[in-house]
Amino acid sequence: MTRQLSTSHPRWAPYVFITPFVLIFCTFMVYPLVQSILLAMQQTFGPKTTVFVGLKNFADLFADRFFWLAMRNTFVFAVASVALQLPLSLGLAMLLNRPRLKGRALFRLIFFSPSLVGIVFVAMMFALMFHEREGLVNTLLRGVIPHFPREFPWLQEYVMPALIIATLWMSVGFNMIYFLAALQSVDRECLEAADIDGANGWQKFLYVILPEIAPVTRFVTLLSLIGSFQLFELPYILLNGPGPENRGLTVVMYLYQYGFEVGDLGYASGIGWTLALVLMGLTIIQRMLSREQ
Amino acid sequence: MAVENSTTQRMVNWLVYPLLLLCAAVTLMPFLYLVCSALKTKATFFSSPFLPPGDGFLGIDWSGLTVEHFYLLFTDPSLGFGRAVVNSVFYASVSSVLTTLCAAMGGYALAKFAFRANRLLSGLVLASLIIPGPLLLAPSYQLIYRFGLLDSFIGLILPGIAPAFGVFLFRQALLHTVPLELIEAARIDGCGEIRCFFTIILPLVRPMLGAFLLITFMGAWNNFIQPQIILQTPEKFPLAVAIAQLKGLYGVDYGLLMAGTVVSIAPVMGLFLLLQKDFIAGLTSGAVKG
Repeated sequence: MTRQLSTSHPRWAPYVFITPFVLIFCTFMVYPLVQSILLAMQQTFGPKTTVFVGLKNFADLFADRFFWLAMRNTFVFAVASVALQLPLSLGLAMLLNRPRLKGRALFRLIFFSPSLVGIVFVAMMFALMFHEREGLVNTLLRGVIPHFPREFPWLQEYVMPALIIATLWMSVGFNMIYFLAALQSVDRECLEAADIDGANGWQKFLYVILPEIAPVTRFVTLLSLIGSFQLFELPYILLNGPGPENRGLTVVMYLYQYGFEVGDLGYASGIGWTLALVLMGLTIIQRMLSREQ
Repeated sequence: MAVENSTTQRMVNWLVYPLLLLCAAVTLMPFLYLVCSALKTKATFFSSPFLPPGDGFLGIDWSGLTVEHFYLLFTDPSLGFGRAVVNSVFYASVSSVLTTLCAAMGGYALAKFAFRANRLLSGLVLASLIIPGPLLLAPSYQLIYRFGLLDSFIGLILPGIAPAFGVFLFRQALLHTVPLELIEAARIDGCGEIRCFFTIILPLVRPMLGAFLLITFMGAWNNFIQPQIILQTPEKFPLAVAIAQLKGLYGVDYGLLMAGTVVSIAPVMGLFLLLQKDFIAGLTSGAVKG
């Protein structure tokens, strides 16, 4: 589609509309972005005093075992939570997409409702849910699994599974919305043709539905991965910090601690750039995969 | 064949309902647990997961329930929760209205006008979508410090009101929904540029406007890291920061903490229920086409 642009307007008109955005965008996005490159080569003591240290921050970062621990935790969380989220959200969407289903709108609303809760408040809810003795999670597990222990220390020893469970509750319904929209736009004629060729349900899913929704699947995967790599509030509130033996330390939490508790904005920017490069790498991989198709 | 197909289909449908109901129960249980926990007294708190059992109506011990936690939240001056609610409402409304206006105007300029910087700006907006938020935390903090805006609502709201993602969304929406002829006809009829934007363009993207207002309102309401970094005086804290503070101070007073969480979640839930039709339509309209 060729773009039609107005030329009959007064010369000032577009500038009136774009100026507020450009001013704020340049001040609070472009400038800090450039500044973050310079900051990454400085050491600071609070926002006032800075010393130029060149690439020392990055050298320190690569030798910093807490940084690598944070990277590892974040990576494990991102891969595990996305790998569980995708099939669950797609499964729910398939259930809701059945023809002549009654109460579809209500179910959709129910499944979506956890994504309305801010992540800080989710952390508050799960702080009690994961109570080692009386929390709802353990009460339910005791009811379902025979001989489940009287105490199960989620927030002391099983931090990663706890974070993943809370994340699943929060985001499965959100991703389901995307899958449901994609399933509703799957070509009906293709499905009917598969029916005529005698394909069973599983074959239809594998050879018709999955390829048709592949672009949305890639989009949801990328979005969830980017979100998961920025995990911060959930463990920070749930564990009041990085947790026992730093089991809940994530990259953004480490950035926060260095920048705003230690006061070294330079080292924090170094962490920020490392994270940004990882995420940009993921985005480029996703672009390449979509282009191949 | 066709008949058999539809009967198996109906049978599968009957298997689907129990599964859906189970998933719905799992989804809703934490909410029920939250509300029940907020209402239980200390004595009955751990006696049962939901409402305490007893001899009262429906087999529930009604005397084991209390609204004291809510009362305490708003009356105890050291908790200052009423203040936090006001702060959250103010912060979220002001920033969502300004953000939406700024994004809609920017998107309109990029979608409908030929001017010198259009291509450059469109490219810049698209490119900036890839920048992760946490990268900008440290340099923005330094900048806000230099402007002398730390610990102020201006320092909190101003940096957030020009999201590239919003401008991009509005640009895409306007590109496809508003024909140029309409704008030109309005011009010939003597409608000014500003009036044309507010009376003709904005009403045409009303669903998108509603969805975006809601998204940005919820984004600000649920925002934790920016207010945590930029605000220092407890009287200015919004709910997300205030409740984290509360958890640090009253870590095991779960009744109080859950009451605070109910108060923090309920307004957003209510707002969403009012506007949900617009919201889901707006959320998926951009994603599926693209």
